[in-house]
This record gives sequence, structure tokens and C-alpha cells, in this order.
Amino acid sequence: MANKIPNRQAICETLMQAAQTDKDIFVLCSDSRGSASLTPFANAFPEQFVEVGIAEQNLVSIAAGLAACGKKAYAASPACFVSTRSYEQAKIDVAYSNTNVKLIGISGGISYGALGMSHHSAQDFAAMAAIPNMRVYCPSDRFQTRKLIEALLQDQKPAYIRVGRNPVEDVYSEEDTPFEMDRATVLSEGQDVLIVACGEMVHPAKEAAANLKAQGIQACVLDMYCIKPLDTQTLLEKAKGVKGVVVIEEHAPSGGLGAAVAQCLVENEPKKCRLLSLPDAPVITGTSKEVFDYYGLSAAGIEKAVKELIL
Amino acid sequence: MDIKELERKSWDLRQDVLDIIMAGGGGHIGGDMSLMNALLVLYKNHLNITPETVEDPNRDRFVLSKGHSVETYYAILADCGFLDLEDVKARFSKFGSPYIGHPNNKLPGIEMNSGSLGHGLPVCVGMALAGKRDGKDYRVYTIMGDGEIAEGSVWEGAMAAGHFKLDNLCAVVDRNGLQISGSTEDVMHHEPLADRFASFGWHVLEVNGDKIEELDQAFAKAKTLKGKPTVIISHTTKGYGSSIMENKAGWHHHLPNAEEYEIIKADFAARKAGV
Repeated sequence: MANKIPNRQAICETLMQAAQTDKDIFVLCSDSRGSASLTPFANAFPEQFVEVGIAEQNLVSIAAGLAACGKKAYAASPACFVSTRSYEQAKIDVAYSNTNVKLIGISGGISYGALGMSHHSAQDFAAMAAIPNMRVYCPSDRFQTRKLIEALLQDQKPAYIRVGRNPVEDVYSEEDTPFEMDRATVLSEGQDVLIVACGEMVHPAKEAAANLKAQGIQACVLDMYCIKPLDTQTLLEKAKGVKGVVVIEEHAPSGGLGAAVAQCLVENEPKKCRLLSLPDAPVITGTSKEVFDYYGLSAAGIEKAVKELIL
Repeated sequence: MDIKELERKSWDLRQDVLDIIMAGGGGHIGGDMSLMNALLVLYKNHLNITPETVEDPNRDRFVLSKGHSVETYYAILADCGFLDLEDVKARFSKFGSPYIGHPNNKLPGIEMNSGSLGHGLPVCVGMALAGKRDGKDYRVYTIMGDGEIAEGSVWEGAMAAGHFKLDNLCAVVDRNGLQISGSTEDVMHHEPLADRFASFGWHVLEVNGDKIEELDQAFAKAKTLKGKPTVIISHTTKGYGSSIMENKAGWHHHLPNAEEYEIIKADFAARKAGV
């Protein structure tokens, strides 16, 4: 892999750049600064960094208190913990009280591979999206992550952002990262099938579309980094005329991107759909690639699903 | 306000609380009564928050962590000019009302939403930390119930407040000794409570919270205590003010009937006359 920069590091770099002139940016960690790639921020801006120890409930509540006093609080902790251990704090102190807290779920999905279900966050999209006034984002690469954080720095509303642990293949480039807040990015146009992906699944979706094209199947690919609010406008526009829709996500089958896409389509533009996701079960042990391949969360898995759906 | 004046006012406001609860058809009257004195003396003599300063970055912050005692909060916010008491009475708990059964920051003067217990203290840690980092001299206050402090998040907050030496933070425990299922010491004991807070790095003050003067002095003293946050353990009487309610766990959220209403009203009037 050419890229060595994980998305979490892109978050740190973007926040450090902004913090040079914006003293209201605060980063909070729960003994997670290393795994969040936020040690450089902590070292460079000690007065804008808060360490709370291994206490995720405290992490989110303290972030909300800081935000209530004008701070732009970025609370970073493993996605498995911040999306469930501190769920009520996210619901009450952040979303319900409408504080400017951005919850950064690091090492999301099955990034922690062999560590087991305690360390997997396959429920975070569903959990966070169910909270009124909570937005849910999952960027696909380092360039999109940077654009997303830059956009989030401009608003005052709560959000949950999931990123993975490991560097991922670039989808975009330094020169070419089309990005509009809360709008999906169209990676390819095609009239046969629509593929909707987010996070680490965007790259295999893009690869699958290229392979399908060589076989005469034209696939439209959407990078739907905005799981909530879902970009329904682009989704419905691109779904028109295709024979089927494939959604791929690193998440349990309930309540994630697939569910959101299916709900929108059923209400507006019914289509045959296929969801490629993690199972509703503890995930098999392995590296990310081994696990993804096992469950068909790969270019080959997408190609197979597309053919089964539309041919 | 001087102490006598506050004492007289407390009885008027207890009557307001009773009327709000009767109008809404429900509430948490037991804890409302034990909370009244601490919240009243805080708003009248210590917080620098007024309807004109609710957006001032230098205002003190208050979070009612025992959010179910919201009827007392409404009565005091109304008396301080944030809310219209008659509007509260007319709409409390009614369909579409902004006056719901727990604090909501869409209402003027309310900083944070609460209701689920164990949130106020950790949120106030964030507020106090912001004040310290900004070099501001505002103070941050929260009031918790004693049943509430069984929540683990309270102690996460207590730990952090001690760690960051937040001497701009003052927490009150409304120590009425009762929760919905009975005595706090039977349900899940908290003693030695003062030692517990002291071991987390806090100054500890203990007062008879049924006496306004003791609370007033404690809040004043807390401002002078440096290097650590301060907790005021306010020993109170649940249902304070009427013999039919006092120290009865069943009055946690009991709605008085017409006969009980008249007894309580008469008790409040008699206690006011005795000030």
C-alpha cells in the first residue's frame, strides 16, 4: 500500500493546523491519545488538551461542559467504547443539550481484528444515528477525512465520526478531493447498478466498478460518508434507472448505511437491494483483510453480489 | 437577601411548587422540598446569573443534576425573573408544553438538560475546566441527590474534579437520606460520605440544609477554599415543611389529594408565620 497515513492521523493534522489560530479547539482523550494519533496535538497544545483517563462517560460529559462554555470539543476514544459505554452521555449531554461536541470513534469497525467483540464497533452507526440531533460520518480516506474535519470545524452541532485504525488505500488525492458537506461523492457513473459505500469499503467499491466495467457492466459508485444525514437527493437521482442497488459497509446488518439506503429507496424509488455487511454475530478472528474477504466485503464480493442481483 | 427574608420567601416558593405540581398533576415533591433552601440561597445570594446575564461568558454556571426536582427550579427561576410563574402553572406537563418534568435548556436560565442521574457533576467539571483554562473567575455549581450518587459517573466526575484541582467548582449533595425504595443506607449505603469525597481530593463542608443561614455561610466559605473543589453535604429533610410529608419515602413523587393539599398549604403558612 502506498499510503502510510491512517485517517486518524489526518484528523490530528487538521486539528493541529486549525488550533494554531483557534484557541477554542479542545481535544479530549481517555488514555487514547496514542491510539488516536493525537499525541502530537497533546504535546503542541497542552492548554487545549484534556486527558480524562480510562473513563469514557467522563470524557463525553466533560467535553459537553467545555462546549457549553464556548469550546469546540473533539472527544476521541475507541469507537467500541465511545459509542456504547458513553451512549447516554452522547444522548443527553451532547445531542439533547445540543452542545458542540464532535465524538471521534477511532479504530472503528473491526480494526482491532483479533481482539474480539469487546473491541469491535459494528453497532456504532446504528446507535448514534438513532439519537435525534446526532450526525454520523465515516470518511473513506485521509483526504476526505481532512475535508470533513475542516467542514465540522465550521459548525456548532454534535456529530459522531468513525475512522479506522490502519492506513487505507487512497480514494482521492492531494489535488483531487471533491467534497461537499452532507452530499455523497460520485466516484463513477453507470446505468446498470448503483453501489453505495462508506469508510474503508469505498475503495473496494471503486475497484469493483472498474472490474465490472471491463466486463460490460456500468456501475455508479457513491461514497456516502454521510450516513446521517443521508444524501437522499443524490441517492434517488442515481438509483433511477438502475437494475439494483448494492450497499456495502463495515457494520452489523441492522441500523447502518444499508438500512438507511433501503428505507429511502422503499419510500421513494423501490429497487432490488443487496446489503454486504458484517454478520449479526461475533465477527471471526483475523486481520481486517482476512475478515473482509471472509464476509465478502471486498471487490470480488461486490462483483459477485452485483451479478447475482442484476444478471 | 437577608436570612429572614429568604426564609419567608422559601415558604412562598414551597407553595408555588405545590401549586405547580397540582396544576401539572404530578411531580417530585419530596425532593423539591429538601432542595428548596440550597437552590434559593444559591440563586439569591451567590450566583451572578440574571435574565440580563444569561449569555454573559463570565456568568456563574449552575446545573441541576437531580433534575427531577424541576418544580423547585421552575419556582425559583420564576421568582428570579427568568420564567412567568402563571405560565408555568398553566402549562406544566401539559401537551406540547416547554415546562417538562426535567430541566431543558430551551428555557431561559437553564444551562443543560438533565433528568438521567449522574450527569451534572462531570458536565460541571468541563465547565469549570473551561473557566480555569480561560483564566475566568466564574464559579460552577451543581446539586445532586443522595440516591443519585450511587451512579458511577458521579465518581468519575469527582475523580477528575480532584485531579484538576477545580476550586471554582462547588457541588451540593442534598442528603435527605431517602430515595424511592427507602433509606439510602439500606438501598446502597454512602457513608462515610464525607470521607469518600475527601479521598477523591475535595474540601468537604457539612451543614443542616434545612437552615438557610448555614447554607449561605457554606456557599460563602466554599469561595474561599482553594486548591480543591468543594462539596457541601447538605443534611436535609425529604418533604420538608409539612408533617404529612417529612421523612416519608412514599412522598418521593406522591401527588397530594385535596385534603392533603390543604394540610400542606396550612403547614407552609404556619411555618412562614413563625419566621
